[in-house]
Amino acid sequence: MVELTRRATFSAAHYYWNEAWSAEKNEQVFGRCANRNGHGHNYTLEVTVSGEPDPVTGFVIDLKWLKDVIESEVMKAYDHRHLNLEVPEFAHTNPTTENIAIAAWKRMESAVNAAKGARLSRVRVYETPEIFAEYRGEK
Amino acid sequence: MKAYFGRRYMLSASHRLHSDALSAEQNQAAYGKCNNPHGHGHNYVIEVLVGGKVDAETGMVVNLVDLDAVVRKKVVDRFDHTNLNRDPLFVNRVPTTENLCRAVFALLNEATVTGKLEYVRVEETENNFFQVSGSE
Repeated sequence: MVELTRRATFSAAHYYWNEAWSAEKNEQVFGRCANRNGHGHNYTLEVTVSGEPDPVTGFVIDLKWLKDVIESEVMKAYDHRHLNLEVPEFAHTNPTTENIAIAAWKRMESAVNAAKGARLSRVRVYETPEIFAEYRGEK
Repeated sequence: MKAYFGRRYMLSASHRLHSDALSAEQNQAAYGKCNNPHGHGHNYVIEVLVGGKVDAETGMVVNLVDLDAVVRKKVVDRFDHTNLNRDPLFVNRVPTTENLCRAVFALLNEATVTGKLEYVRVEETENNFFQVSGSE
């Protein structure tokens, strides 16, 4: 089995807020991230796909095809958007780096797994070069 | 749902690779320029990965502020701008980055943070890094 990873970058705004909590509790738990005017990041998305290289092409998956899936399923929805206000899965779910990794996985999973022999194995999201989260499809 | 949260920290420290169990010639053969008598230093990057359930209320595996507080207290404040050879942990242990990585894993694994410490990776330079995982 071979793993291949494709990177993509997007820029988006967000804030952290739990609607069930008071403003004071939100500010206490989330600190500056709870500023309701939002803030933004340059995110880096790493999508890892695993499988056996095809005996004819030598590819686990066509990277151009994977690039297009990332673009159509994730970039189009997230890039230059306000995640809380413009992305449906974050209307009532905090757009933490963990939840972005899970949501990006869900957006790409069926397309990638429909490609013969390839499986989505890891989605990693860097919020900054020093902060990242990862989802591996575990319950 | 299980996910992972990762964070990278930087610290600068000096060290000298030298084993009392080896002769001067053997030390020189084993460690080369890393055995030079007055030591040298690196900007180490410590990458920490924590795994666990994403909390339904916060959307987090671990609160960054809590993780930062633990890593700063246990690791960064202890080693940053120090000579690793002088640390009690390295009195009888050569401060190779393998051993530093193990020491950092042990220091963090005993500290209370939400989730499980999955791995500690220590990058000594941009071209080499070492990793200790929880399963070890």
